[in-house]
Amino acid sequence: MSGTAFTTVVTGVGVVAPNGLGTEEYWAATLRGESGIRRLTRFDPAQYPSRLAGEVTGFDPAAHLPDRLLPQTDHMTRLALTAADLAILDAGAGPEELHTFGAGVVTASASGGFEFGQRELENLWSKGNEYVSAYQSFAWFYAVNTGQISIRNGMRGPSGVLVADQAGGLDAVAHARRQLRGGASLMVTGGVDSALCPWGWTAQIATGLLSTSEDPARAFTPFADTANGYVAGEGGAILVLEPEESARARGARPYGSVAGHAATFDPPPGSSRGPALRAAILGALADAGCTPGDIDVVYADAAGLPDKDAAEAAALCEVFGPHGVPVTAPKTMTGRLYSGGGPLDLATALLGFRDGVIPPTVNVALPDPAHRIDLVTREPRAVPTRTALALARGYGGFNSAMVLRAPVARRTPHQ
Amino acid sequence: MTAQEFITLQDIVRALRAAAGAGDGIDLDGDIADVTFSELGYDSIAVLETVGALEREYGFSMGDEAVQEAQTPGQLLRLAVEAAGGVAGLAA
Repeated sequence: MSGTAFTTVVTGVGVVAPNGLGTEEYWAATLRGESGIRRLTRFDPAQYPSRLAGEVTGFDPAAHLPDRLLPQTDHMTRLALTAADLAILDAGAGPEELHTFGAGVVTASASGGFEFGQRELENLWSKGNEYVSAYQSFAWFYAVNTGQISIRNGMRGPSGVLVADQAGGLDAVAHARRQLRGGASLMVTGGVDSALCPWGWTAQIATGLLSTSEDPARAFTPFADTANGYVAGEGGAILVLEPEESARARGARPYGSVAGHAATFDPPPGSSRGPALRAAILGALADAGCTPGDIDVVYADAAGLPDKDAAEAAALCEVFGPHGVPVTAPKTMTGRLYSGGGPLDLATALLGFRDGVIPPTVNVALPDPAHRIDLVTREPRAVPTRTALALARGYGGFNSAMVLRAPVARRTPHQ
Repeated sequence: MTAQEFITLQDIVRALRAAAGAGDGIDLDGDIADVTFSELGYDSIAVLETVGALEREYGFSMGDEAVQEAQTPGQLLRLAVEAAGGVAGLAA
């Protein structure tokens, strides 16, 4: 694929994150090192072993969405529609670009609409089936964000959903790129997840991967010797992708391009073969037609568990050499966002291209020396980056790697 | 006549608004008895949701066909009144 001249560019970015509602709000908070991780407020977490989360605060659905959409949408869909609106506005795409059979939507979803689903299940068992909302038929569903975004924006092109836990967000963007190569004219893609209700929370706790720390500064410290699990969050990012040629022809200003991607799956537990993250990295580099030396920054998956951090660090050392490339995990300020995590890292990398800076990993003073990685900690690192690698791993063995490239002419910040 | 048998268009509109939302630039308090749900911007799931809300509120059953049969708020009102075994109070 690297031999073709076809280039997929990102022309719009919409962020809904625990430390910022809106792209520039998120970016400013991220550069300040401001975390959105705190004790859960959506429900009382007192009786659960994990009590911290990255909640999107100050979000009023009625201020962002028409009244008609409120009865039929889960919280995660409301966030996704808002992020899509922001991304489409940012891209400057109007009816001419959207209302066609060439404009499609591919998002990722890790869990579906748990909050809506829990409420309707409660109605079912406590009151009876006639009390279950007809909207439950689709409001919980994995594909609902894709469907609602396409309906709201009149997009009739190729659409779909990918379900691969945290890895799915990058896979969705890769599939959107594939659709553009196949002839689509514009794709809205990315991921936004939320499962911050008792039912969703219980499912997340059951993985055994969540931190039980009650201290927001110590709960999610990937690559540190204090790593004890991760904090879950909600939100993510939606991106607008277009072929470079038509994007430039209509005057859009690309943030950068999606240069390469690869996805792999780990061998079964007990296999003598190691994890397949390294193969995903090498595959993405090959797809992008670049060498390890071309990568200026890595946005790490940053699981926050000692064995998974060690596996990721080992893969990075194998490909880039010890301390061979700056590595960062701004997700320490949001928690892991499942499908939203990868796309948010992509948005962050693109903003980093624009502003010549690598945002920090917070709450990690020093990475465990055994990992041998150059982790950007404490402060943003003012260094121009032109090529970034984002990594994401999903529960059960999913690996995904994506390479982004800065635009030839650097995009300037918004006025 | 009991209160349950006296269902007005306002009751239908109230149920519709609560079940499926308002907005979209259409005045639901206007003369909409014979405007199709589709023209009002409501799909079949919105009507299904509204039928369910009416059934729960009034304790009657309108049957599965109601959703297909009722193309307008006025038709939905007639079916609701039939289900309640009463007469429609079309006046405000």
